[in-house]
Amino acid sequence: MTSFRGKAISWTLSSGVIELVLDRAPCNEIGTETLAELEEFVTALKNMQEGAHALIISSARKEGFCAGADLRELYRGMETVSAAERLPRVRKFLERIHAVMNAIDSSPLTTIAAVHGVTFGGGFELALTCDLIIADKMARFCFPELRLGLIPGFGGIPRLKRDLGNGVVRDLLLTGRSINAAKAQAIGLVSQIAAEGEALRVARATAAQLQKFDRATASAAKRFVKPIPYDELRQEIDLFCELFTRPAVESGLRKFVESTEALPYLP
Amino acid sequence: MSTLQETTDEVLRLAATHFRVPKEQLAPDDDFFKKLGINSLQALDLLTRLEQHFHIELPDYELAGVSNFRALAERIQSRL
Repeated sequence: MTSFRGKAISWTLSSGVIELVLDRAPCNEIGTETLAELEEFVTALKNMQEGAHALIISSARKEGFCAGADLRELYRGMETVSAAERLPRVRKFLERIHAVMNAIDSSPLTTIAAVHGVTFGGGFELALTCDLIIADKMARFCFPELRLGLIPGFGGIPRLKRDLGNGVVRDLLLTGRSINAAKAQAIGLVSQIAAEGEALRVARATAAQLQKFDRATASAAKRFVKPIPYDELRQEIDLFCELFTRPAVESGLRKFVESTEALPYLP
Repeated sequence: MSTLQETTDEVLRLAATHFRVPKEQLAPDDDFFKKLGINSLQALDLLTRLEQHFHIELPDYELAGVSNFRALAERIQSRL
């Protein structure tokens, strides 16, 4: 299958470039529906990547790349099951999303996240699976999870640690502040900044450049410079689940879901 | 270095331009959420434009409780 249009994502393979587009209102929050379609994508990816050299992930939502996990769905799910059932459900979800993220991270293709606007939480974590991040100048990056009494759960911390200095990781994680694209480039997170609305065009131009290189060489180079931190990813799931059982999480989620504040995204 | 008055004027001008509101309709003590009719995502957009315009970093937690242009300009002023 070289093209697909689902309820939350779509993808196409054309001229050796796979384009995965997130498109779920309001800002591509990742819940069970998106996860199921992403699982379909990584299954299809295994077949498509023989005939491809690059993968570009982008968003069709004007609000941004992705606002992270679907916290409203998570909160509703907590309300409808017993306390004993919550943790196994959350762990199952995390295992599944980690499998998706690991598949993209370890793909032999050169992968590019073309991001704009809100790139928060799980959206930031998805971008971090990619080899290159090309950011619209209006993009913002943030890990707001501590506000909920949690840590990022989609593999964000190990991947951020892999790519950046620990001081930067602590800043983003422990303050929960968002940073703009220029700051993200200055700290080594973003490889290129595009004008407003131009990130996907720049990503496509970069993908065209990648086609000039021998695919086996590019894949070998990627494996050499980009190890997958599997042990830490497992530890992250365990720590997330440990924290998830604390009362602060339910109250934090409730506060977010019921918030009428003008800036619910702020920590 | 700019004065607070100059910074406030710049904030008003930038907000008016980006959100297409006549500048003369904006005043320093206006609640920018109400006056501009913006939501949290648009507020982040405004924050990014302000950071770019003034060449500063303004952590978003510093905006907690800030809702009028003058207070926003004060936060910016403290970073210039």
